Amino acid sequence: MWTWFYRLASPPFVYRVAARLTPWLLLFAAAMIVYGLIAGLVFAPPDYQQGDAFRIIYVHAPSAWLSLFAYMTMAVAGGIALIWRIKMGYAVAAAAAPIGASFTILALVTGSLWGKPMWGTYWAWDPRLTSELILLFLYFGVMSLRAAFEDAGRGDRAAALLALVGVVNVPIIHFSVQWWNSLHQGATVAKFAKPDMPGSMLWPLLAMLCGFMLFFGAVLCMRLRGEVLNRERLASWVRGAVKA
Amino acid sequence: MSVGTWEALSLILRRELLLSFRRPDQLLQPLVFFLIVTTLFPLSLSPQLALLREMAPGVLWVAALLASLLSLDGLFRSDADDGTLEQLALSGQALSAIVIAKTVAHWLVTGAALVVMSPLVATALGMPVAAFAPMMLSLALGTLTLSWLGAIGAGLTVGLRRGNVLLSLIVLPLAMPLLIFGANATDRAIAGASPAGALYFLGALCVFTSTLAPLAATAALRISLE
Repeated sequence: MWTWFYRLASPPFVYRVAARLTPWLLLFAAAMIVYGLIAGLVFAPPDYQQGDAFRIIYVHAPSAWLSLFAYMTMAVAGGIALIWRIKMGYAVAAAAAPIGASFTILALVTGSLWGKPMWGTYWAWDPRLTSELILLFLYFGVMSLRAAFEDAGRGDRAAALLALVGVVNVPIIHFSVQWWNSLHQGATVAKFAKPDMPGSMLWPLLAMLCGFMLFFGAVLCMRLRGEVLNRERLASWVRGAVKA
Repeated sequence: MSVGTWEALSLILRRELLLSFRRPDQLLQPLVFFLIVTTLFPLSLSPQLALLREMAPGVLWVAALLASLLSLDGLFRSDADDGTLEQLALSGQALSAIVIAKTVAHWLVTGAALVVMSPLVATALGMPVAAFAPMMLSLALGTLTLSWLGAIGAGLTVGLRRGNVLLSLIVLPLAMPLLIFGANATDRAIAGASPAGALYFLGALCVFTSTLAPLAATAALRISLE
């Protein structure tokens, strides 16, 4: 029953699975994002308070969500690698870090573009914004720690441990809106509560969220293949895989 | 001859403190750094006491964080360089006891020393005497928490030749909540309001890191020693 789990430790298997998954993930991501963009930017009604400016939510909220999701992916993959000594976990963590950092930057940039018409300023020292900025610094710390070691194996382990320590920041970001008085609006879409949005606005947002997740999966698979090839460059199967 | 964990802990603590006091220049460096950094602010911003009083919490806290961080790089370094750390790790004692002893020693010679010296700086910044006690308590809790966080960073970077900047890059994001609550407690104390809420938060952070950071720092050190 657990054999599939052990096979995930095998680099050629991971490489093949990632290669096979990539086009499908890309296809579904594109479908979701195209629907979400058209429905969200064209068909959804303007917000009664924020007008058309609210439409940036279709990029901002998914990227903010993905910035945390990618961090958790990185930390969990690193944790699995540390605990069960599965080297492929380090490859996943290394592949996820730059993507997560990019999503964090995207969330910060779209958020500040949103903040200008809504709050009258691009940046406010607000708990949500500040903790998201800290998340970006954590990504930078993890990536530069990995790069600082000459021995790649030790760099991987050190970065995985730091990512695990940094997980304490994730609930702080997630709940910062509720814990402190924040300029940032509260969550619009909660899992177990009725969302504060009409369906014509909500469905495109959920589609964008799924699309972003699938896109993250696709980019992760692509980067993962590069990581695996680089890490296994001395193995004999790589020569065959690259030729094919 | 077998030595219990507590005995080993106190022996290492004594050794660390003895080593620190044998090198008084290194002991004084963070304190002098703290003084110089706080002097920079009146020179660069404004020498008006009213303005300084408003900025005092932030200035004190940033300076204390940087001064404490400055000395963190050496937490494991000298022992790692001459092989003492490996001998300690091989001694059969729990590595976490070694980490705890070294971190507590670090806090005693930098954090606690900064706390003792902080009223001097606070007076220079025009802080009212009534705010001294909460300010010192917040600094004591904050620097201890920072020592724990720094032990994780120092454990991770001890194998690197130039880990100093990287150490700051790793530790400072984690230390930001400390700065927020610490400066807030001091700020409220100056304004005459009750600093209890922020102090409780600092206390919680201190307990949280004191219990979990030794585990993380030990794991970090194991990675570096492999």
